[in-house]
Amino acid sequence: MQVNGEFQPTIVAFCCNWCSYAGADLSGTNRLQYPANVKIIRIPCSCRLNPLFILRAFQRGADGVILCGCHPGDCHYTTGNYYARRRMTLLFSMLDYLGIEKERTRVEWVSAAEGGKFAATMNDFVAAVTKLGPNRRLEDLRCSKD
Amino acid sequence: MKKLPLSKIDELFKALSAGQKLYIPADDAAGQAKFTVWQEGLALSQKLNTVRSAKDLFFPQVENLVGFKVTGKQIELIESRDPAEPFVLFGVRACDARSFDILDKVFLAEPADTYYKARRENGVVVTMACTRPAETCFCTVFGIDPTEPAGDVSCWMDGESLYWQANTEKGEKLTAGLSMLEDSGEEAVRAQQEKTREILGKLPLKDLNLKGFDGEHMMELFQSPKWASLSESCLGCGTCTFVCPTCQCYDIEEFNTGSEVKRFRCWDSCMYSDFTKMSAGQPRPTQLERFRQRFMHKLVYFPTNNDGMYGCVGCGRCLQKCPISMNIAKVIKTLGEDKK
Amino acid sequence: MQQGLKEKAIQLLKDKTVDRVVGWKAGEFFYDLTPAVFHTPEEIEKDFVFSVFSGANLSKYLIAESRKGGKVAAFLKPCDTYSFQQLLKEHRILRENVYVVGVQCDGTCDIEKIKAAGCDGVTAVREEGDGLVAETLYGEHRMSKKDALLDRCAVCKSHKLVVYDELLGEQGEEQDAGRFAEVEKLERMTPEERYSFWRGELSRCIRCNACRNVCPACSCEKCIFDNPDSGARNKAAADSFEENMFHIIRAFHVASRCTDCGECSRVCPQHIPLHLLNRKFIKDIDELYGEYQAGADMDTKPPLMDFTKGDADPSVVYERGGDKA
Repeated sequence: MQVNGEFQPTIVAFCCNWCSYAGADLSGTNRLQYPANVKIIRIPCSCRLNPLFILRAFQRGADGVILCGCHPGDCHYTTGNYYARRRMTLLFSMLDYLGIEKERTRVEWVSAAEGGKFAATMNDFVAAVTKLGPNRRLEDLRCSKD
Repeated sequence: MKKLPLSKIDELFKALSAGQKLYIPADDAAGQAKFTVWQEGLALSQKLNTVRSAKDLFFPQVENLVGFKVTGKQIELIESRDPAEPFVLFGVRACDARSFDILDKVFLAEPADTYYKARRENGVVVTMACTRPAETCFCTVFGIDPTEPAGDVSCWMDGESLYWQANTEKGEKLTAGLSMLEDSGEEAVRAQQEKTREILGKLPLKDLNLKGFDGEHMMELFQSPKWASLSESCLGCGTCTFVCPTCQCYDIEEFNTGSEVKRFRCWDSCMYSDFTKMSAGQPRPTQLERFRQRFMHKLVYFPTNNDGMYGCVGCGRCLQKCPISMNIAKVIKTLGEDKK
Repeated sequence: MQQGLKEKAIQLLKDKTVDRVVGWKAGEFFYDLTPAVFHTPEEIEKDFVFSVFSGANLSKYLIAESRKGGKVAAFLKPCDTYSFQQLLKEHRILRENVYVVGVQCDGTCDIEKIKAAGCDGVTAVREEGDGLVAETLYGEHRMSKKDALLDRCAVCKSHKLVVYDELLGEQGEEQDAGRFAEVEKLERMTPEERYSFWRGELSRCIRCNACRNVCPACSCEKCIFDNPDSGARNKAAADSFEENMFHIIRAFHVASRCTDCGECSRVCPQHIPLHLLNRKFIKDIDELYGEYQAGADMDTKPPLMDFTKGDADPSVVYERGGDKA
């Protein structure tokens, strides 16, 4: 969306409840700044992320989608993020194959103690997506952007 | 009768597209013909027929109906139908031209479907006679003459010229603005028609027998044990209904854009498992009932309700495109086997 | 093409090994065979055909057929046996109710290719040595069988029959025919070129669902696209997003279960090269998680239902993607 004439991307961040959502909380309590472009959606585990959610986020106006989960090996449900890792790798490769800019999607492993990493990741991701411009290739023209 | 040397066909297309859209059959990236908006440089396809039928132009696959916006307790209706634009549809074959009569019976009966009506009123149909029918063609079985296609204007094409005959007021009006057309005799056209009729006499499906496909034999056909074997490998996909020029079923759905709810209609298929599913259940529980319904509709119910006009035009698209090669010709033959 | 199927079918019915046979039924024009269930030797004698146009994969019909009671025989070509075994693995087919006759195959043909070579009005096609002779309304045409092969048969990955109760013909081997060549070509393009390519292809989609309904891996009793509770119910593509969505999601849902039987591309009325989506997944899986062929055996887990602790990180896409091979 446009704010004061400048493009501000809409970023959807799917964060797993046990690690990355807590990490996001920690960056908040530590007063570490990250852009308000990021809309966080809490899911119980990174494994919950259905590829449809990513597509739907793009459809409904997201310019970038990021999945944050526990570090592989530390999943609260033991194995969830291992499956998510394979799933997201293949999905992102397919999106790239279809010509969707690969910088619009990312997976980052953020633990509950990594408030700093969470803020830094979001800053970096927002900057990368801002550079790309608005999502046009996976856009649904019917959906409002406000 | 008028004529035009083929070397000048682009001049004709340019004139036809002045002030309106002109659709001609053109080859797509996969080499199949499709009705495409004409632009300089677009060549007329040499294929016998398009994959998607001409009904697309009057009854598009997705059509916006209306929008709703809710603010507080107020509902605002937003007119979202496509604006009515005049257009010329060139190169329609006799089979598709007949399909318009069938669709008119459905959509223009009271209360008329205003979306379809607007498109029909705005469209001028220019048909093209066939010269090289395929083995899958059987329009003659339904009383259609592919050498004399109906339409606002009928055309014939040979190696050198395009022949042009206005049939209706709309056609005359269109012809009036085309100064590049010259007057012509009919000999060349008649000769071509004779040649084509010779080929029509050799088409393998020309003798499909429609005797017994009528209201009188409705229950007998409905209860035929042959439906089981006919329908057993049907995938229930919907390809036949979407390439068919006469299929007209649609679903009305809504899409929430976030700020508005858009109500639209889209093609539906009686082959789908949720077609006619309702809160009381699904009256056509298996593919047998759904398959039977499609062909009973085209061959029995529709003609019974429409003075003997069959719901099929013999274009042969279902013969070409069904993934498992089931089609209306096989149904007619199989059910007709008992009526000797 | 392999001989002896008709006789075998009749024998299996007569000696009561099975009470019905799934095969291909003759049509009007020799190329329009329909999958069918034959119940009597007379029906088989009259209509059973195995020819260069027996491309249809019969394995998916066995999901329903194996549950109808009694025992059913099915003729499966090598590629079909992979689909059959994959369905067994997913507990969709009741193995004990199916008698599989494995049939060796040297490739099935595409009537569209024959027509595109200039044969209008084809009324009959027969094999003559290495060639095909097409009789048409406008004269006779000859072409080599090689030029008329279905795209998937031209890059056949395996002549091995992975499951059968009886074999007609010789057992074969897996082979590398370069089936990833087209995928590699796309991978070498820039993202813009790829986007343009896929928009050109997918914009022709009419959502007929032939690909989904013929696919042995798409055997869900309630597809998400038909389920109002899924949030993805969708009957027609209203715009380019929905055109993409159906194919991305369908390819993903069959990823690591797709046996690459090629039926999806064969049945598409708009000639969209859908196999290029599925083969991309297969190639990625082979490269990232070890070579895997769905349906090749009963024990290995499909890669998307498995993991190792040392799997590649999703960021590997940044290095592999873009316009690198």
